[in-house]
Amino acid sequence: MTENFLPARINVHEQPADWKRFGERYGVQWTPTILIVDSSGTERHRIEGFLPAEDLLAQLALGLARSAFARQQFAEAERRYREVVERFPRSDVAPEALYWAGVAHYKATNDATALAQTAEAFVNRYQDSAWAKKASVWRK
Amino acid sequence: MTTIAWRRDVDAVLSEAKAKGRHVLLDFSAAPT
Repeated sequence: MTENFLPARINVHEQPADWKRFGERYGVQWTPTILIVDSSGTERHRIEGFLPAEDLLAQLALGLARSAFARQQFAEAERRYREVVERFPRSDVAPEALYWAGVAHYKATNDATALAQTAEAFVNRYQDSAWAKKASVWRK
Repeated sequence: MTTIAWRRDVDAVLSEAKAKGRHVLLDFSAAPT
């Protein structure tokens, strides 16, 4: 996963000038905060607070999917969202990824059955999640 | 998990990301080094 990124770290104690400049630029108010920033310098995803490694990896994968979606690269976004569900099925972000995979497919194809299929997928998985409630409106 | 080779030259990293079309993982940390 980390090969997808150029990693940079600002230690707020050791790099006070960077902390002030970039902290203000991105509105960072707590540590640890990890941002996924795209090549234009635009923040695409934010992770606040400590996470165990596996959860962090899931968040990073979600962030890449969100970035693709925001850039309207919907086929790539769907692929990346589904990758989150497949690789990290027990993570906190898996239900969110399943939801947005359906939306990304719909945005890519304008095929509304993608939404109904997503709602059906939530019948079998993540039934208690907020994302299942959001998807329930698509059920036929 | 692979150890991440964090860089501190943030401006250079952002410039490199722009040139290469890459994402940046920008970590704000208060942990002792």
